Amino acid sequence: MTAASLLLGLLASIGRSTIGLLAATGRVTLFAADAVSQLVRPPFYWGELGRQLIRIGYFSLPVVGLTTLFTGGALALQIYAGGARFNAETVVPSIVAIGIVRELGPVLGGLMVAGRVASSIAAELGTMRVTEQIDALTTLSTDPMKYLVLPRVLAATLALPVLVGIGDVIGVMGGYLVGVYRLDINGANYIRNTVDFLETMDVVSGLVKAAAFGFILALMGCYHGYHSGRGAQGVGRATTDAVVSASVLILAANYLLTELFF
Amino acid sequence: MPVPRIELRGVRKAFGGPEVLAGVDLAVMKGESLVIIGGSGTGKSVTLKCILGILKPDAGEILIDGIPAGRIDRRAFLRDFGMLFQGGALFDSLPVWHNVAFRLIHARQPLSRRDAHALAVGKLARVGLGPEVADLFPAELSGGMQKRVGLARAIATDPHVIFFDEPTSGLDPIMAGVINDLIRELVTEMGATAVTITHDMTTVRTVADHVALLHGGVVRWAGPVEAMDACGDPFVDQFIHGRADGPIAAIR
Repeated sequence: MTAASLLLGLLASIGRSTIGLLAATGRVTLFAADAVSQLVRPPFYWGELGRQLIRIGYFSLPVVGLTTLFTGGALALQIYAGGARFNAETVVPSIVAIGIVRELGPVLGGLMVAGRVASSIAAELGTMRVTEQIDALTTLSTDPMKYLVLPRVLAATLALPVLVGIGDVIGVMGGYLVGVYRLDINGANYIRNTVDFLETMDVVSGLVKAAAFGFILALMGCYHGYHSGRGAQGVGRATTDAVVSASVLILAANYLLTELFF
Repeated sequence: MPVPRIELRGVRKAFGGPEVLAGVDLAVMKGESLVIIGGSGTGKSVTLKCILGILKPDAGEILIDGIPAGRIDRRAFLRDFGMLFQGGALFDSLPVWHNVAFRLIHARQPLSRRDAHALAVGKLARVGLGPEVADLFPAELSGGMQKRVGLARAIATDPHVIFFDEPTSGLDPIMAGVINDLIRELVTEMGATAVTITHDMTTVRTVADHVALLHGGVVRWAGPVEAMDACGDPFVDQFIHGRADGPIAAIR
């Protein structure tokens, strides 16, 4: 095989991958546009939205709470250890608060909920696809995008900011507990530092990120479940793809949003 | 000349490989019961899904009351339509009564839950299921019971067009007979137009006005059920007698 044919093969492979990626992006975009457009086209299934809010929001609270609690505690230790090198141990409360509220709360919360919810949505919709339940919805004059996809995407978009807001408080509390009981920082000073340093924009940017992550993780769960292949293998693959794509997109979106709020 | 309720002209459909439907021509008149027979994998379910718009044909035309399917009011068509799926396709998360009355609960002018429950119990009785089944979930039912609940859901709104995908598979012979009689009754008494897919020759002889044999992606033979036995087509002859030898290869 000549060098020229090797190069051509390599270029063809890159081209195929690029076209595949662009095609997938187009399909997801059209799917998202279809889902969002259902917002302005009645009927609207309020009961389904309520059920999904409880399932996605309420039942994810322990996962998000525990994640941010331990992250806040670990962050306090790390910042103390790092700050001690510059005699700057007093920055622990403010850095913990900013770190949790602007970055770690939404990102880790989003990733944990993606693991829990995107997989569950993909498995549920995938099973519905395989057992013809989605086709049955169509024959019952019910648009599956309206009945299945929109309530899940909307519920996750609304629930994530609330979850992350609660997670932020728990994360800061984790830092407080470690700071006060492990690092001997004065409790009143810790709270004052936290409140003084935090700005409205810190909180808002974190909550906007959370809403975007909620949209992404539910969209990925719905997209992969809705287009699931046949059989148990198809549903399994849809579930894996949902979690992987949601996680990667959350991290990519996090960078873009951080640049936006920088 | 009367316009067929449903008509397929040269419908083709492939899924990346060889064509599943290679030019299907079919016509179902209003109030007629058409049964489509054919071996597994010959595209019977694909034909139904193309008519419903769940799958888009690669070529050909589907006409509803003489109007191309793409131009009809699909919502209006579906409002007067019921379908029994092969595996039941019941919604796991909803109790049986909600499955049966789903369309009525989610209609623009919805029934109250009490009325929907009562209606569901009535439809369940019609397919041989007692009221105690209404509050169970699909996972708590046997396969045959799920099939009957699926049938109750298909007829919940007394539709004028009904599709049955393998209506008697998984049922005991007595219940299969009940379901066959029910389908016949719906067609005869309500004047419903029915399209049934089946391998069960008892179903064919009970419910069919017309029969179409699908093979090789095309309608190999179509005609009145009375003419089926003496049609002389070797494909039909092999299929209705269940012979391993003949033009239809036993291993596909």
